[in-house]
Amino acid sequence: MEETKATNLPQKILKCGIISWILFLVLWAVGAAQYDEIFLPSPVETWNSLVVLIQDGTLWADIVASVSRVAKGWGLAIVTAVPIGLIVGHFRPARWLIEPLLSLFRFIPAIALTSLFLMWFGVDDKSKVALILYASFFPILVNTIAGVVATDKSLIEAASCMGASRLRVFFTVVVPSAVPGIFTGIRLGLSAGIICVIAAEMLVGNDGLGYLINSSKMYYRTAWAFAGIVTLALIGFAADRVLQVIGVKFLKHFGVKKA
Amino acid sequence: MYIELQNINKTFGDYQASKDVSFGIEKGKLIGLLGPSGSGKTTILRMLAGLECQDSGDIYINGTCVNNLPSSQRGIGFVFQSYALFPYLNVHDNIAYGLKIQKKDKAYIDKRVQELLELVGLPGLEKRYPDQLSGGQKQRIALARALAPEPELLLLDEPFAAIDAKVRQELRTWLRETIDKIGITSIFVTHDQDEAIEVADEIIITNEGRVEQVGNPVDIYLHPKTPFVAQFIGKSSIISDYDRLKGFDSIGKDTKAIIRPEFVEIKGVDKKKHDATIYEDAVVEQSIFRGNYFEVLLDIDDIKIRAHSPLVNGPLKSGDLVQVLINQLYIFDDTTTTTLINKGLDDSSLYYI
Repeated sequence: MEETKATNLPQKILKCGIISWILFLVLWAVGAAQYDEIFLPSPVETWNSLVVLIQDGTLWADIVASVSRVAKGWGLAIVTAVPIGLIVGHFRPARWLIEPLLSLFRFIPAIALTSLFLMWFGVDDKSKVALILYASFFPILVNTIAGVVATDKSLIEAASCMGASRLRVFFTVVVPSAVPGIFTGIRLGLSAGIICVIAAEMLVGNDGLGYLINSSKMYYRTAWAFAGIVTLALIGFAADRVLQVIGVKFLKHFGVKKA
Repeated sequence: MYIELQNINKTFGDYQASKDVSFGIEKGKLIGLLGPSGSGKTTILRMLAGLECQDSGDIYINGTCVNNLPSSQRGIGFVFQSYALFPYLNVHDNIAYGLKIQKKDKAYIDKRVQELLELVGLPGLEKRYPDQLSGGQKQRIALARALAPEPELLLLDEPFAAIDAKVRQELRTWLRETIDKIGITSIFVTHDQDEAIEVADEIIITNEGRVEQVGNPVDIYLHPKTPFVAQFIGKSSIISDYDRLKGFDSIGKDTKAIIRPEFVEIKGVDKKKHDATIYEDAVVEQSIFRGNYFEVLLDIDDIKIRAHSPLVNGPLKSGDLVQVLINQLYIFDDTTTTTLINKGLDDSSLYYI
């Protein structure tokens, strides 16, 4: 966990990432100067489209559409996968029952199921939420189970010597011990959900960041597509950072550590 | 007997951890389960706690057979080598864990937690989390937590093994005092004979799954009943041709002798010549300064023994000549040990009386 401390100012600047960002933007700008805007828009052109999209309100509407879908699907995945993971992880017969299925479904990506879900759940939001649920369900489940399995056996024994029933051991020892695993699962589930919402929106629908990226490309507004991609990256980055900060601040004693 | 184990057997796969283990413990005693690693001492403790189940045999606590009682109903406090404090609970909640299970009210719990923190000498730490405590502090809190629900029996599994030597020494004395204060029947597992001898009222020595000897520390030290105990306790040298030593005759074929450092008296050779019928001439092979004595390896006509030389003999170095008196030996064969006193001493004492 101990990171090597950056000692002097240049090191600190390098470590905070700003140099990487500038370097990336410069490379992008140099590269973009060689090509047409439609083929590769420059950072400035992307910024301009971003401003246009913000001013006419489309970007905001698309963000809301995508974010609310992710929130729904991801939220549903958390409330289903965490309890199932806790039970499956703790009760061995349940694990024997579920694990074979789990190792099978883990390798079926949500993208592969997109058209099926459209057929089953309709072309509206429901199929997209279901897809996100599917995509973020497995990382959460797998990591919750791993968290439960990693429970320190001597903690269970200590609780049981103090008179705790099996049910009490489950809630006061197994569940808290699984918190770091659950938290990792929730973070991975969020990124899986974000990837999935873009794919779903690109395939069908008329709003959301995925739709923005896909439709802009179709109308040769490549800079708009870039604006959508940049927004997506920023949202994902910010969401993960916020989750991390919350986790480290409030779940420190459960063993959630800075990544 | 307050605690009684009768003919306990336990195997893990091919490995037999307990072989027909039987012993009893009186109420209020502090017992040390001592043995080399892999001798089955921790298994005994875990079976008493109900954390392992014996394959055969019975365990009684206070007259009740507890074979079928889960650990949650045996009324025991268990202290783990790894502390096993709940990392997500602060010190107060860790200690209160067992009390909440007993459905005590909040006022009682707060009072009891305070009481225990004072008992273990760490008042004021209730808001700390385990990762903010040192190893010694963690083990004190673990003890407080185990004692909180007022168990009938306290079990400690190598409680100080993970703590550095200096703090360990302090904790030993402290544990003895704390247990005396509350008078709870306790059993602790250790592989450190100094710890067992210093702390325990009574020692149970285990080896390869069997109980070798049960007795008070002095008794075990002075009268080892089995060859294993004789070799295991104290820093011993083992000699096969002990009849070559002055004052000792062989008492049977296939017997060997154990010499403890304290059986050997060393006199400097520059002083007056001692009685040559009982004193041996010896050469110092190795000498280590231990602060208040020298630990030396002596060569008596090719028989090597370890001994302690007091500072009055002056510093000894390898190659020095000394005179040595061996007061007694433990003689053992495959099954028994006997103490053999130097004949010369016996005769001379007869002579003077």
